[in-house]
Amino acid sequence: MNAKPTLRDRWVALAYLVPALVVFGVFIFWPLVKSIQLSVQGTDILGNPSGFVGFVNYSRLFSDPDFLQVLWVTFAFTVLTVIPSIAIALLIALLLQSRIRGVRFFRTAFALPFAFSVATASVIFGVLFNPASGVLNGLLSYIGVDKVQWLTNPDLALWSVSGATVWMQIGYNLLVLSAGLGALPDDILEAARLDGASGLRLQRSIVMPLLTPQLFFLVVVGTIHALQSFGQIKILTVGGPEGRTTTLVYSIYEQAFANNNSNYGYASAQAMVLLVVVLIITALQFGVLERKVFYR
Amino acid sequence: MKRPDTNTESVGTSGTSVDSVTSVDGGRRRGGRTGSRRGGGNLVTYLILGVLFLVVLFPVYYGLVGSFMGERDTNSFPPALWPQNGIYPENYSNALGIIPLGSQYLTSVLQTLGITAGQMVTSALAAYAFVFLSLKWRAFWFGVFLSTMMIPYESIIIPNYLLISQWGLKDTIAGLVLPFLATGFGTFLLRQSFLSFPMELRDAARVDGAGHLRFLFSILLPLSRPSLAALGIWSALSAWNMYFWPLLATEDPRNQTIQIGISQLQSSDSDSPGMVLAGVMLALFPTLLLVIFGQRFIVRGLTAGAVK
Repeated sequence: MNAKPTLRDRWVALAYLVPALVVFGVFIFWPLVKSIQLSVQGTDILGNPSGFVGFVNYSRLFSDPDFLQVLWVTFAFTVLTVIPSIAIALLIALLLQSRIRGVRFFRTAFALPFAFSVATASVIFGVLFNPASGVLNGLLSYIGVDKVQWLTNPDLALWSVSGATVWMQIGYNLLVLSAGLGALPDDILEAARLDGASGLRLQRSIVMPLLTPQLFFLVVVGTIHALQSFGQIKILTVGGPEGRTTTLVYSIYEQAFANNNSNYGYASAQAMVLLVVVLIITALQFGVLERKVFYR
Repeated sequence: MKRPDTNTESVGTSGTSVDSVTSVDGGRRRGGRTGSRRGGGNLVTYLILGVLFLVVLFPVYYGLVGSFMGERDTNSFPPALWPQNGIYPENYSNALGIIPLGSQYLTSVLQTLGITAGQMVTSALAAYAFVFLSLKWRAFWFGVFLSTMMIPYESIIIPNYLLISQWGLKDTIAGLVLPFLATGFGTFLLRQSFLSFPMELRDAARVDGAGHLRFLFSILLPLSRPSLAALGIWSALSAWNMYFWPLLATEDPRNQTIQIGISQLQSSDSDSPGMVLAGVMLALFPTLLLVIFGQRFIVRGLTAGAVK
């Protein structure tokens, strides 16, 4: 079987890649080229490209106060969702490591949020957040708090949407962290216990360092995921109030598709911002940060 | 990972490498009561877990129970936390009646089956080439597949929309399925599994006269069932749960997917939360089954983007 591959062998091999390559070519790489192209084009009122305009869309982006707000909202949303969702999942994962009865039940129960789509979860949260008859305000009324406008108060809406998003992320984060904890080497843990480490000390000095690959993975994946968020904003707040929940992807949607706007050029410039940010984060992960993470 | 976005169309968006996570069968089984240390510690553990349990599971609970509650319960203030004025299974039939949830369900099923089957086939073929065939410029093609996982789908969604419209595929199953028929994530997941296939077995099959396709489909894939199942579950989860693309690719309510349907149920009739929640439960049912019974396979695919 180690005969030198013939030319025919090489073509056969390539043929096996072709189905996937065609899909990638038509629906990823070609659209990527088109996106770049659209981003340097103007757009007429019918949504057709109206010719090369250079970097006008891009220079407009960074002088547009609305877009600067979009960047800020996206950043705030990312911080408000990634860190809490990892922290809560970590707490649950560590607690599920303890030797108590019913761990299997808890494990399955806590993974349930993972089954929810962005639409199913958002619709449920929409019902819970309802200011007039929602359960959240109902529960608060028992302790004498007045009705809260969860999704229409400009200072609160982003927090509410972020809270719902944290909930959507917990299931996935928990699965990753539990898998990581399950793979920890028993001998190291035993050795640490014999040396008298226990409880918090054991968690902080032994378990956490061993878990850094998973935590790092979750920060990167979670950040990219947060940057791509769309459904919960569309369903819960449609970007409002006053654009205070308009994240980058929602802004792309708004410019290109909402109200028949068809600002494909301007929207594509924003899409390129998204692409560049995600690529930078991916590069950071591969290059710089990964070396500083503790790997066994 | 994303994943299947979890979430959405972006399963395994990033090519990430956490190799130590991959070899897990879903959490450890600890020896029963060998370590029943201080009972006080356990009590605190139960207490915190219990509180977290209530908070995290409440939306699940309310979604389910609320879907059987009538307006007298859901629209009073403060609203009831369990059915106090009778149970309303007709929420479900109302949800099915008010928008074409039935045909939307069918659309979602067809979309999910199409994407899942397509991804399994294209991924299996590509992974086979990467592992078993003498591919020229292997590293280059590898990079091409990897790069597809780094491009956020939202950044190329406008040209895709224009393309599908131009081809007249809006409001069709083809328009929902075609863009997602291949995945770098799936290819790497299967590649990882193929790599551990014993070469002697493969050589034996070749000596017995099995061609590439024959070997792939009647020997390799049946023996790679766990990885194939992991890919299938991830593909199905992300396809079923997609939101952004189906929102753009369909206009006629009859051709929309269930995910779009329930989100419009909410805006169309917010006076009846019970009915809205019934729609949610219908949309949730298949993925709930997958997560409860397929957790083992889901864990297997968690970090399969991991490329060494």
